[in-house]
Amino acid sequence: MGEAIVITSGKGGVGKTTTTANIGTALALQDKKVCLIDTDIGLRNLDVILGLENRIIFDIIDVIEGRCKLQAALVKDKRFDCLHLLPAAQSSDKNEVTPEGVKELVDELKPDYDYILIDCPAGIEQGYKNAVAGADKAIVVTTPEKSSVRDADRIIGLLEQEDLESPHLVINRIRKHMMDSGDMLDVDDIVSTLSVELLGVIMDDEDVIRASHHGNPVAFQPDTKASICYRNISRRILGESVPLMSFDEDKGIMVKVKKILGMK
Amino acid sequence: MGCPKMTETNLYLTMKGTNEGIIVYLDDQCSFTNLLNELGNQVKSDTIENTTEVIINCQNRYLQDWQREEIRQVVEEQSSLKVKSIESNVMSHEEALKWFDRSTIKPFVKTVRSGQVLHVEGDALILGDINPGATVNATGNIFVMGQLKGIAHAGYAEGTDHVVVASYMNPNQIRIANKISRAPDYEMQGSSREFAYINQETGQIELEQIHNLQKIRPNLTDIVERGL
Repeated sequence: MGEAIVITSGKGGVGKTTTTANIGTALALQDKKVCLIDTDIGLRNLDVILGLENRIIFDIIDVIEGRCKLQAALVKDKRFDCLHLLPAAQSSDKNEVTPEGVKELVDELKPDYDYILIDCPAGIEQGYKNAVAGADKAIVVTTPEKSSVRDADRIIGLLEQEDLESPHLVINRIRKHMMDSGDMLDVDDIVSTLSVELLGVIMDDEDVIRASHHGNPVAFQPDTKASICYRNISRRILGESVPLMSFDEDKGIMVKVKKILGMK
Repeated sequence: MGCPKMTETNLYLTMKGTNEGIIVYLDDQCSFTNLLNELGNQVKSDTIENTTEVIINCQNRYLQDWQREEIRQVVEEQSSLKVKSIESNVMSHEEALKWFDRSTIKPFVKTVRSGQVLHVEGDALILGDINPGATVNATGNIFVMGQLKGIAHAGYAEGTDHVVVASYMNPNQIRIANKISRAPDYEMQGSSREFAYINQETGQIELEQIHNLQKIRPNLTDIVERGL
């Protein structure tokens, strides 16, 4: 029986969809069966980030309204057999889905997958309610900006009213130098304000944008900073205890080795 | 309290002079009509100096609001006495619950988050943070054991002598009764262990170190006094 995790943030543009795609990819890399559900109906883009746009035939609305079987709407990822996507509809809007409809659908998927990741739309209206309905757990994504932390706080407050486990936090787009200079909230501030468990942090990295542009989630790459961050998050989801990555920039293992050897 | 100076007993009323003024004890067994008649006759014939204030004590009789009003009318129309207050040993179940509600401290073990509004009858004890964008309204005082970064409104109904106490104070706004004070526009560090109150001289909300609380609000713990 799989676990359904909703990925939400309240504020738009903080990286919910990117996080969903990458955590999904990272879990699939660990040989887990993963299904991604895009509930951002009318503004679908999880398929674009995964590079699966051309393969969509049916969507979530078709399934809920009974025009096709659930299996027929699932898009298999081009890289992994164990990663599937249930795309959102682009031509409908969020009010055409009910929380009960989504819950039924998630319950139908649960026996076949280890993890079901639900990509939530921005906002706290119908779309949010739909996305949260079927979930067992929640991951809240925020960036180190005041506005997005404020919205994350709001969304955590709303999640506490749902029948979910205490939400976990992912802090996205961390810029070390701006945190150091005090122009951004630092990780400790955010965690103490939101008082939820930190699942992971993701460094701001051009590779993420580059990877999304090419429809290849960054977590697929073996050595970029962001991909290691995402893989660490997936390992924490699987129950491993992985320490937070050091924020020090440009200090790869080789630099450290050289420093120890006195070469630098 | 105070020594009786003069006692006068009638069928239904007993008058006592004390330091606080004249207290009229009304019999609580007779019918209300008899009581009113007797009271009217008494105060008419009484030679007590005019404009004296009296306290009416109904003992164990429960009075409705209209009955209180009638007693007041009888006394003030038939004589020139002033009714200072009407006291009674009994209160209705409903009133008692309300009084209890207002005079107890309500603990909350939670973080109050952005967008949430917590309304509390009586004193609020928040064992957690009040985050930016969150609001706590209490008819009594507000005590925050965590960080106060949102809005705290003490004395929500009335009550200018209520306070907001926080172990860390960096609020969006503090409101007490009908006064509002907000944080300055520039960014600032919060302060630890402070409380906010209305300074009666300036009429403004001011912050003080917590050790001054007992000096500024020595009666803070008299919750029984405050309940009614």
